[in-house]
Amino acid sequence: MNFEYSEIQVSLQDSLEKYYSKNYTFEKRQSYASQTTGFSDEAWKHYAEMGLLALTFPEQYGGLIDSPAPPDLAAETSGSSGKTTSLTGANTVNTAITGEENMWVMEFLGKSLCLEPYLSTVVMAGQALLHYGNEHQKSTLIPKISGGELKIALAHQEPDSRYETHHISTLATPIELSLNEKKQWRVNGKKCMVLNANSADQIIVSVRTAGAVSDQGGISLFLIPSNANGLSMANYKTHDGNRASDVEFKDVIVSEDDLISVQGNGFRVLGDILGWANAALCAEAVGIMSKICDLTLEYLKTRKQFGVPIGKFQALQHRMADMIISTEQARSMAILAVKAQSETDFVKRQREISASKAYICRAGREVGQEAIQLHGGMGVTNEMSVAHYFKRLTLITQTFGDFNYHIAKVSDYLLVDV
Amino acid sequence: MDLSFTEREMEFRDEIRKFLSSNIPPSASKRVSMGFAIDPVDVLEWQRILHAKGWGASSWPKEYGGTGWSTTEQHIFEEECANANAPLQPPFGLKMVAPVIMAFGNQHQKNHYLPKIIQGQDWWCQGYSEPGSGSDLASLKTQAKRVGQHYIVNGQKTWTTLAQHANMIFCLVRTNTEVRQQEGISFLLIDMKSPGVSVRPIIMLDGEHEINEVWFDNVEVPVENLVGEENKGWTYAKYLLGHERTNIAQIGKSKRELNRLIRLAKLQRGPNGRLIDDQRFRDQIACLEIELNALEITNLRVISSQDKKGVGPQASLLKIKGAEIQQQLTELQMQILGPYSAAHLKEALTLDWVVPSGLSSYPDFAPALSGAYFNYRKTTIYGGSNEIQRNIISKMMLDL
Repeated sequence: MNFEYSEIQVSLQDSLEKYYSKNYTFEKRQSYASQTTGFSDEAWKHYAEMGLLALTFPEQYGGLIDSPAPPDLAAETSGSSGKTTSLTGANTVNTAITGEENMWVMEFLGKSLCLEPYLSTVVMAGQALLHYGNEHQKSTLIPKISGGELKIALAHQEPDSRYETHHISTLATPIELSLNEKKQWRVNGKKCMVLNANSADQIIVSVRTAGAVSDQGGISLFLIPSNANGLSMANYKTHDGNRASDVEFKDVIVSEDDLISVQGNGFRVLGDILGWANAALCAEAVGIMSKICDLTLEYLKTRKQFGVPIGKFQALQHRMADMIISTEQARSMAILAVKAQSETDFVKRQREISASKAYICRAGREVGQEAIQLHGGMGVTNEMSVAHYFKRLTLITQTFGDFNYHIAKVSDYLLVDV
Repeated sequence: MDLSFTEREMEFRDEIRKFLSSNIPPSASKRVSMGFAIDPVDVLEWQRILHAKGWGASSWPKEYGGTGWSTTEQHIFEEECANANAPLQPPFGLKMVAPVIMAFGNQHQKNHYLPKIIQGQDWWCQGYSEPGSGSDLASLKTQAKRVGQHYIVNGQKTWTTLAQHANMIFCLVRTNTEVRQQEGISFLLIDMKSPGVSVRPIIMLDGEHEINEVWFDNVEVPVENLVGEENKGWTYAKYLLGHERTNIAQIGKSKRELNRLIRLAKLQRGPNGRLIDDQRFRDQIACLEIELNALEITNLRVISSQDKKGVGPQASLLKIKGAEIQQQLTELQMQILGPYSAAHLKEALTLDWVVPSGLSSYPDFAPALSGAYFNYRKTTIYGGSNEIQRNIISKMMLDL
């Protein structure tokens, strides 16, 4: 067993961190956060030049992985239990590689508190297209993602769905067509908290092509240009300096060419997309937590009261020790989330990801809150970078499932007789 | 990253599992699975069975009759033993005094003591803590005065686990009072049958006899029982702390107890059906389960890097979390029983207990559960309390 990054990954991570600590300083970061898009186009270009955006894609689609493309996950046989039976070895290798690459990149982005939409475009949309897209989508879109020329957002949450991916009222109603014409639908509904929608060229939207509002069946995913007729957005800032939007669809026309995976398979695809996303968020959280520990430790050693550095006080030492422990444990769970991605049983895969995310929600809360407390009055000002790490970390614990949502998944898995 | 056991390690696991499935005496494994007190007969018999197989000392190098296994293999062995309800292999001889003798003892000591440990002839106990020296161990006062070819030992050790079964004790004793505390301590091996040694039971809060006071009243100990150099005992004791750490977190045992907890929660019924269907109770299990998931991976991370870097203050992390998880497991197992958790049936803590007819509704798995909760408050206190572990992390890892 080996739980460490490869030498190449370590050296890439190190050199990126060094470069970003000089060229993506906290002050610059704050200025990027105040731009319209909420991030730096220049940094996004730099990611592309460095190959970061291509790391998780096969060479044939302009990526850097020199192994064959994974088989279509949509082709898996999915029984009534939701268990998969035919995830092949080739794919297992691939998801293991992509999971690990995403882990070190997200950890780096967390440490550097980067704002660019890697999660939306590369992790969620990119992996969705790679594993569930058709050949045309893969060969035209993935090279653009790798090259930094295409950004895609995921619109799946609705005002009354909270974190439940299958609670969908956005409807796609079929349009009457003559024979031989491709299937078309009219999409109507509203999505909320769509991350990075304001800078996205295209949007993946989850809609109901059949079934009742909370059915797992009857969900389909479509890829829609963000300037499509009938699509409108209300953009807002988030507490961590990012951007999100509520997106409304009024008679937006989509065709079967825009489907990701097959019609009605959306629940399964969304499950995997959010699995990859949560694994990535776990890694980002670990990067943030380790940075927060560094910042807090430095503060304990430099801030003096009663004539000594406050780190001399045992009451504070033990809290710092607990922060370190939680961060190490969180790293272990982020590793579990990487491992989970090549787990062949869909339900087990979801359980492992939820276990990781639940743990990170709790550990992130502890580490973040303690860091602010140990920074004293300085911790509650907007000047210190630790406050901004804390805000990002807090939002991670509220994104794509909070503690209660994920612990319920782990808890309910106890009822499954394994 | 390579997040799976190798094929070779999987085969190794199968081999261990196969052996355990047919070689643990059934009464011994029953006692373990019921959570009953350690039976010295089980322990010594099991040690002999393992030794006959060549697995008597999983953490020893081959030159002393050990298995020469890697840390990963040792971990697999320990996990499988726990899962199969194998009797305890007391750590005091195999994992505590033996490594010190191997590293600092002379040839005669190695030849004399090590075989008796691995063959299950000697039962060792640990003479470290004293009434006035707990966390501040270096302040210990038990005195050893050199008189001719003997040390004359006077003083008192305490919290001595399973000393009632032991025939040997390794002690930290004061041989110099003139110097800095740490520099006047020696590491002495003492025969418990020596005149002047007496053992007095301390009854723990579960009503059981597990720990003891050991008194030394003018005990004559031959000088050849000194390990290494006089006044270097503190160094040897510290060596021990950084040595065998693969099992400090007790992952295997906690995994077994978690499975037991889940099994019992599916078995136990109330007015609203099975306890596992009670979402509040189930969520508590889930919270504990993810803590254990995390610690298991942290433990594997430490193990897999151990051959390269050795174990440092990570051992403190494993100890803190491992101890907390063990406690929480006993707490939820106690809660399984509901009102019956209050019953203290001391006579039921043996294999030959027959449920009296009037008590037929008392669950047969119940007798040891609440006692374990009380008893396991020890885990965050012994072996360096969790607060001492946090001090170690602050000092060694954080440089505070």
